[in-house]
Amino acid sequence: MASITFREVEGSSLKYWLLFGALGLFVLFGALSWNYMHHHGHVVTGMDNQIVWGLPHVFAVFLIVAASGALNVASIASVFNKPMYKPLAPLSAILALALMLGGLLVLVLDLGRSDRLIVAMTHFNFKSMFTWNVFLYSGFFGLVGVYLWTMLDRNVKSYSKAAGTAAFIWRLVLTTGTGSLFGFLIARELYGTAMLAPMFIVMSFAYGLAIYLMVLAAAYAWTGRPLGDAVMLRLKSLLAVFVAAVLYFVVVYHMTNLYFTKLHSVQAFVLRDGGIFTNLFWVGQILIGCVIPLVILLTGLGRQRSWIMIACALIILGGMAQMYVTIIGAQAYPLDMFPGLMEKSSFFDGEVHSYTPSMPELFLGLGGVAVALLMTTFAIKVLRLLPASLDDATVAKLEH
Amino acid sequence: MNENQSIDQQSVASPQRRRFVSAASATAAGLAIAPGVMLYEVAHGRPEDQRASSAVRWGMMVDATKCASGCNDCVTACSTENGWTPVAESKHPKQAPQWIRKLELQDPLTQRETNLPMMCQHCAEPPCVDVCPTGASFKRADGIVLVNRHTCIGCRYCMMACPYKARSLVHEHLNDTQKPDVPRGIGCVESCTFCVQKVDRGDGTTACVEACTAAGHNALVFGDLNDPESEISQRLRELPTKQVRADLNLNLGVRYHGI
Repeated sequence: MASITFREVEGSSLKYWLLFGALGLFVLFGALSWNYMHHHGHVVTGMDNQIVWGLPHVFAVFLIVAASGALNVASIASVFNKPMYKPLAPLSAILALALMLGGLLVLVLDLGRSDRLIVAMTHFNFKSMFTWNVFLYSGFFGLVGVYLWTMLDRNVKSYSKAAGTAAFIWRLVLTTGTGSLFGFLIARELYGTAMLAPMFIVMSFAYGLAIYLMVLAAAYAWTGRPLGDAVMLRLKSLLAVFVAAVLYFVVVYHMTNLYFTKLHSVQAFVLRDGGIFTNLFWVGQILIGCVIPLVILLTGLGRQRSWIMIACALIILGGMAQMYVTIIGAQAYPLDMFPGLMEKSSFFDGEVHSYTPSMPELFLGLGGVAVALLMTTFAIKVLRLLPASLDDATVAKLEH
Repeated sequence: MNENQSIDQQSVASPQRRRFVSAASATAAGLAIAPGVMLYEVAHGRPEDQRASSAVRWGMMVDATKCASGCNDCVTACSTENGWTPVAESKHPKQAPQWIRKLELQDPLTQRETNLPMMCQHCAEPPCVDVCPTGASFKRADGIVLVNRHTCIGCRYCMMACPYKARSLVHEHLNDTQKPDVPRGIGCVESCTFCVQKVDRGDGTTACVEACTAAGHNALVFGDLNDPESEISQRLRELPTKQVRADLNLNLGVRYHGI
């Protein structure tokens, strides 16, 4: 097998520092938003006692899910022994770490008492899925960190497969944990199902790979390194399979709910009467997030790089819409404490709850995205993560 | 827990033990008798440092047939006792905490209306306690579900998990209506405590029950579900009652008649 040369990006151009500065600015906005929310309390957000998890959770859960998915390219290389994916693996691992960091930051900075983070790290209730996730996230950093080390240091290269396998199994458990944050809730009709765990795993495959492809293409285009069609076309085909699998899970999930009479009204809310949530479901999640990308990726359009990028962007937007419907839509629908009866109270029982995200929430979420991209941008400058060339000839040699 | 108890017992009993030793010089006998002396004291009083007992299970019965339409006395009494601002006076009604609220139900077919107060149901198997990452949500031995003000990190997972929408997050800085025996704080989650401060004082009732009784409705009864002779146990034996969302099998501390 031919060897491949990894090289840091120079990172001294004006373009690099402009990107770095722009991302840094968004990190700063995120920090200021957190400071504002923390100083005044959640009263300055759009969240209330009805919609208790808002836009920051949408960003945080999306980033965490995407993080585990971004690791897939590396897993394919080392766990499933596909040589073509080997040069793509280091970026996959660093992106996974960066997205996880961004997501976790948003999650913990949205706590009512984010100053008590140390309490969350020292007091545990092992019946709580949140507690399990604390360990799953920490373990993810540890395992992926070791995995990355085995990829970068020749002395420990022989442990790469073992580390990669451990990280792969861990990421599957982690996304099971993320899905189960919702799957283990009995109170709300749209949660409380084991479907959410595998569905989140499949979604992570799609979201993570879409982000990976965009970062890869941007990194090679902006540094002037060659990136051949062989890599792009292989990955876009894989992406199409993942998106189709997401669509399959979403259809099965809603078809199952539609079969149960007790869930008819909540299903009608999401699929027909829910206003913004119905629009986000059909237009955002299904059309923009699944159908259009599938059409692009499976037709001749998918052979053009710009169209692949558009498909990736749409999958990411659709993923955000999906998280919005999953997290906020489920809370917007009132709790059904007395089935069959109409409820009314000063606490907004029996009403569909509205939610308008505030600017600090939006910028806190975008701050998390910026942290992830900033970390990646910095990492490729200081570490040898990107192959000097991924042109078709170089990649072809790997497979023989 | 046993270890803590034995430490408590020894520290409380040590003056007696010293007296015993100095009087009779029988150390071994003193150690054997001291715990017995302590147990005798427990049965007759309830010092502040003593744990809640699982021999008691506090509960409430709501007679919805007596709950008057338009009456809000239980809610007002709760807000006064526990120091939370009534929603009508709040600048942010959607974000204002409500420990108890009046729920109006109507059957769309028969038009029959029912009124009842809704608050923390003090489940024996509370979902909020299950999901709380830090263990801040907890159930006392006597069945009262509480939030530890010092370890709540404001993650709101309990609010996602509660099937009764019983919990509120304190969204803003609190004004000076706080009560010294009802700790509250910005960024923490809170809910009905069954007036735990009153229960621990030995009042044997809650502010909402007192208000309902004072208004002459007598729709609420509070007491020990484990004591077959208590008023609540007797009433629960006489009247058919239901648990809200009984399908979840959470074994609620609040039982409703007439729903």
